[in-house]
Amino acid sequence: MKKKVNNTICRCEEISEQEIRDAIRKFNLRTVDAVKRLTRAGMGLCQGRTCTPLLTKIIAEETDKKVDELLPLSKRPPVRPVKVEFLAREGEQKLD
Amino acid sequence: MGLELKKCDVIVVGSGPAGLSCSIEAAGCGADVISIDENGRPGGQLFKQIHKFFGASQHRAGVRGFDIGLQLLEQVNKLGVNTLLNTVAYGIFGQKTVGIIKNEKIGMIQGKKILLATGAIENPVVFSGWTLPGVMGAGAAQTMINIHRVLPGKRFIILGSGNVGLIISYQLLQAGASVIAVLEAAPRIGGYQVHSSKIRRVGVPIFTSSSIKEVKGDKEVEEVVIVRLDDSWRPIKGTEKSLTADCVCIAGGLHPSIELAQMAGCDLRFFSELGGHLPIHNENMETTVDGIYVAGDTAGIEEASTAMEEGRLAGIDMAQKLGYLSQDKALRKKEGIRESLLALRSGPFGCLSHAAKSNILQAMKTKRGSKILF
Repeated sequence: MKKKVNNTICRCEEISEQEIRDAIRKFNLRTVDAVKRLTRAGMGLCQGRTCTPLLTKIIAEETDKKVDELLPLSKRPPVRPVKVEFLAREGEQKLD
Repeated sequence: MGLELKKCDVIVVGSGPAGLSCSIEAAGCGADVISIDENGRPGGQLFKQIHKFFGASQHRAGVRGFDIGLQLLEQVNKLGVNTLLNTVAYGIFGQKTVGIIKNEKIGMIQGKKILLATGAIENPVVFSGWTLPGVMGAGAAQTMINIHRVLPGKRFIILGSGNVGLIISYQLLQAGASVIAVLEAAPRIGGYQVHSSKIRRVGVPIFTSSSIKEVKGDKEVEEVVIVRLDDSWRPIKGTEKSLTADCVCIAGGLHPSIELAQMAGCDLRFFSELGGHLPIHNENMETTVDGIYVAGDTAGIEEASTAMEEGRLAGIDMAQKLGYLSQDKALRKKEGIRESLLALRSGPFGCLSHAAKSNILQAMKTKRGSKILF
């Protein structure tokens, strides 16, 4: 019997292992992207840099897949935290 | 839009051993290179590596990592490579444009060729209490002691006995900390014996078939409960042991940092020996996207010595395709590097990388037919 543990998986968005497992079962989720969209795990400041391998492992367990069968989180800019202010200033300032 | 667009021949994202080596080769042939790094100093992980490299002398055995870093920097400076530090590459866009942020300003650089050498990310390991302050990646602890000269704790438990775990243990001892134990889930030590012997000689115990069950503490790490594992890596009840510690370093391996390659549309495959998903590439390190190259840990987790050779391969190929280097000269240079890579990838650890790297080339061939052969 597995001991009931509920560790935080995504520290940026404070999403627990149980929340992720529940979401996968309830909504029949099959991909890392789907879990991210539904739970916000991997959607925070670090953009899943830490928790993606953990999410992948959990999804693989829940769906009886191997981790290599699951695609990594899709990526879009910005890949690092960027203040909206900088993007808004685009067009006004010139680079050194 | 008034946004300035800088143009150059080659953009190198990440100025670690792979990126610097690529810059040196490409700029050495006359290409106009811009190299980017998010840190205040180039060199990547080399400046954390206060230990001597070993192997053959052609691969700079006996030289310490930071000295190799200094040598590379000297060459880059001599060649006048434009190095943008404290600069974040936040995205990669069409027509080989890289979006950057420097000094709180946004900018765009367009290159004819791009090398993505963004390194790797440490793998997390989850146990009860893993989010307590004091639990950190082994690489993070190494950055703190060797770069910032800050000791993050007094009594350390290291989880993972690969080379990273063993080397950080030794360096923590050198920095004045106590290493209470090194834990390894597998039945045997993961890293080189030369590293494990160093810490065993000074009495640091390495517990194999063991892991962390729980880390306890009110506001930070105070106690670490370790447990023995059975053959299927399941905790054995009744074998728990409590150790007093204030810091836990997780050395659970690395996975390639591939965000920009994904964004560029590079084809990915999973190679467990090389850390996970990575952009497949040909023998010149070019990905499935024309003109976009990968090298170093981004192209599969290996070591600084292989990263430098891969970076060189990419730089030479870029210089050749941009017309700065004749085909003959390029071929000769590449041949030498491939021989060197073959030597680096021999032995019990290297041969696994070699096999995986051969599979990457095979994957490329099935992907793009014979196109990649010339």
